[in-house]
Amino acid sequence: MTIALKTRLPGGLGSRLGGTLIAGLSILGVIAFFSIIGPFFVDEVLAQVGSVRPRQPPGGDFPLGSDAQGRDMLALMVHATPNTLKMGLIAGVIGVGLGSILGLIAGQFGGWIDAVISVISDSLMTVPAIAILVVIAGNIEEMSTSVMAVVVASLSWMFTTRTVRAQVLSIRERGYIEVARVNGEGPLEILFREVMPNVMPYIVASFVGTSSAAILAIIGLEALGLGAQNEMTLGNTIYWAQQSSAVLRGFWWWWAPPIVVIAMIFVGLFLTSVGFDRFANPRLGRRA
Amino acid sequence: MSVSGKSVSGLNVSGTSGPILDVQNLDVVYDTVSGPARAVNNVSFALRPGERLGLIGESGSGKTTMGTALMRLTRAPGRIAGGRVLLDGTDLLTLSPRALRATRLRDIALVPQGAMSALNPVMRLRRQIEDAILAHEPRTTQAQLRDRIAQLLTRVGLNPAVADRYPHELSGGMKQRAVMAIATSLAPKVIVADEPTSALDVVVQRQVMQTLGRLQAGLGAAVVLIGHDMGLIAQFADTVGVMYAGRLVELGPVAAMIGSPRHPYTRLLIDSLPGIDVKRRLAGIPGLPPPLVKLPVGCPFAPRCPLAHDRCRVDLPLSQEVAPGHVVACHLYPDNATLPPLTIKAEVQP
Amino acid sequence: MSSDLASYLAKRITQLFLVIFIAVSVNFIIPRLLPGDPVATALARLQTSGSGQTMDIQAVSDAYRARYGLDQPLWNQYLNYWADLFRLDLGVSFANFPEKVTVMIANALPWSVGLLATATLLSFFIGSFLGGRLAWPGAGRGIRALVPGLMVLSAIPFYLLAIIMVYIFAVELRWLPPAGGVETTRIMRLDWATAQDILRHAVLPCLSIAIGNIGFWALGMRSQMVSVLGEDYITFAEAKGLSPGRVFFWYGIRNAFLPQITALALNLGAVVSGAVLVEVIFNYPGLGSLLYVAIRGQDYFVIQGVVLVLIVTLAVMLFIVDLIYPLLDPRIRR
Repeated sequence: MTIALKTRLPGGLGSRLGGTLIAGLSILGVIAFFSIIGPFFVDEVLAQVGSVRPRQPPGGDFPLGSDAQGRDMLALMVHATPNTLKMGLIAGVIGVGLGSILGLIAGQFGGWIDAVISVISDSLMTVPAIAILVVIAGNIEEMSTSVMAVVVASLSWMFTTRTVRAQVLSIRERGYIEVARVNGEGPLEILFREVMPNVMPYIVASFVGTSSAAILAIIGLEALGLGAQNEMTLGNTIYWAQQSSAVLRGFWWWWAPPIVVIAMIFVGLFLTSVGFDRFANPRLGRRA
Repeated sequence: MSVSGKSVSGLNVSGTSGPILDVQNLDVVYDTVSGPARAVNNVSFALRPGERLGLIGESGSGKTTMGTALMRLTRAPGRIAGGRVLLDGTDLLTLSPRALRATRLRDIALVPQGAMSALNPVMRLRRQIEDAILAHEPRTTQAQLRDRIAQLLTRVGLNPAVADRYPHELSGGMKQRAVMAIATSLAPKVIVADEPTSALDVVVQRQVMQTLGRLQAGLGAAVVLIGHDMGLIAQFADTVGVMYAGRLVELGPVAAMIGSPRHPYTRLLIDSLPGIDVKRRLAGIPGLPPPLVKLPVGCPFAPRCPLAHDRCRVDLPLSQEVAPGHVVACHLYPDNATLPPLTIKAEVQP
Repeated sequence: MSSDLASYLAKRITQLFLVIFIAVSVNFIIPRLLPGDPVATALARLQTSGSGQTMDIQAVSDAYRARYGLDQPLWNQYLNYWADLFRLDLGVSFANFPEKVTVMIANALPWSVGLLATATLLSFFIGSFLGGRLAWPGAGRGIRALVPGLMVLSAIPFYLLAIIMVYIFAVELRWLPPAGGVETTRIMRLDWATAQDILRHAVLPCLSIAIGNIGFWALGMRSQMVSVLGEDYITFAEAKGLSPGRVFFWYGIRNAFLPQITALALNLGAVVSGAVLVEVIFNYPGLGSLLYVAIRGQDYFVIQGVVLVLIVTLAVMLFIVDLIYPLLDPRIRR
């Protein structure tokens, strides 16, 4: 599905940008704006336990109501969103960074290095991430947002490794790598000068997917109660809501806002990655 | 053989002197992001029953697009924008979908480009022939199917046991012949063969072309052979047509086309063929075909033509008959009797 | 069996064992990498959180030490671990001492498998057909309008969908029960009433998983179909004069289905992960809830056991999918 946008951008850029990418980026933009600007306007104190009257439905002083522990929901959202995004970004950067390095090494050097990396990567990919993350997270004494990000990153690198490796292999098939080799470029030189620039678009695309998966895992772990306790994050908000049976007691303003924000984040990331695909591969053309 | 722009046939009954396939002013357009690309531009020609027409052109000349358009197999973003395709008097372009499906394979069959991938990889060959036959003759019994399939395969020089194989178990030449067996299974009146020998080696090419020729002669079917290999086409066809930038620039009997072509492009095409007996530098045709979204005013070949003059850049040349059964679209005629000698221009104008 | 097929199978079986081996080892190593005695720590935590009051801590601690030889060198512990696994001894629960972990898992497994299998089959097949239909030129306006909706659905994590569904259907509309596998007061019997009860409780969790995944399968299939439709054999099939239905199914879907099955295999891990969370939200008595309760109660061996079972079950399911693949794709069969 593409929303055909006629924009007057140079070359064929306008049509390639496509509505999907723009829609995705706009949603992400709104969220980013909300998270960066918001905290300046809304006091963090309000988002802490016991600062306001509990169990207030939305309206009046509390545009999004307050939860059973006396937090102002709007303030909570404003402060929780950047925290969650931050964790997702950190996990994404680490995951993609690690994945790219491993993928580049595996593709470039081949042989048993490749075999080892590939086998480990493939095997880990088929494992339910939650299972392993639960074991790791459950065993950590002091959980913090950064530690959570690292833990999740430890299982986010495989997809990037696979993609990068495949791309490196296909680049190696092409002529100019041979030319570089004949010209006397060492393997590391080839890696950085010839291979990397061609792999970059895949790394960028993979970043969106990895961050998305990381945020998913982080929220999942937090919703189970394995997150950094007492930190303000979206997943924790859901966990607190569950703990107080917010759903059954009808406090919809407790769990609905985080769900809406989370949904927006994921839809935005999804549309961006689909739109970016189309941008990077205009050959895919428009499908109605 | 009719002159372009006019249909000779007024009769609906085959077996008379009317053409079996009469294409009139066919237009096929691709809706691209940069605007409509006229891939087939006002093309007309007609085939007698049993006649072999070879269509030649560079990549992007519109020849494959035309091949698919003949059977209304054009896929989005392409669409047939105008004209008529009269098969034995019936216009294929206005048939209902059901009638069109009935006509396909039975009256006009396709031997596609890249038979490598024309066969469904997850189906045995037998089933792929069976469903074709059953789609048109649903009451055929299993026993009859068996016999027919065995016959069809033997006719193209394949062992009937091949029917129980999957496509990936067959070689390229075998697959091409299997595809021809399917295409001729219902004895069509017209066969459209779109580059049937691309991706095959020369020896197999020859075998495949011989098989095609035998089949065609046996069925009395007319053939439209589309390709870019002048040598191959010249050996097979009775009539040769040359396409450039979506237009049919010359059409005539093969001997005349090869011996004394009228259009400069045809001459250059023939000259670019390497000769086995004469050693000389490979000659190409400098320049590139024009973008189909932005065709130049006047003759599309003018920018690359060594004999272009002012009129060529302004006026679009129309087809005219220069000899019986030989038409050409070029401003050099009727003033000249034959093609003047060519001098390759030093630089090519954009 | 030809040599190609044999080597394919051999490779898959090796992978299966490798995954299990790695999983078991990781499961073993991680808690032991952290400082301190895991059992003592867990017991201490239990004690401070108050749930250990009814146990004789010393008895439990001693039993564990003796049993699992926690004072022995690491290598011995590792071998013991494997030995225990072969005997299907996954340890004992702290919180429900002395209930065996194996028994707890065996009780929870059928609930999870039933829920997951049904939900996945439903969403996979319905989603795939929907996706296929969407890609076919001439898909109606109404169906096309589904695409944005599906995109949105596929992006939302489905345990969040679960929350929404509980709210709408169980709390507001009161059509279906909000939690549990059966009514808490029911005694399980092999009769229609019990079966009905089970089904009523299964609807929402099942739907949450199914709806959450359907978008993903549909969009994937649609994209596969679009590639397939560009293939020459589709053109040739149409040139043969076959009906659109035949071409769509036997030439289109039949081919697009293969990478879709691969996608199923690759994403099964994510599906299972999500299902675990859905179970927690619905308090459904499967492995997910078991895991959750164990995490809350820091029931060490239960956590390890469930994680192991999850990994192994998934590996086996993937292996089965790998076995099915040659049946569908003759190119692998040879």
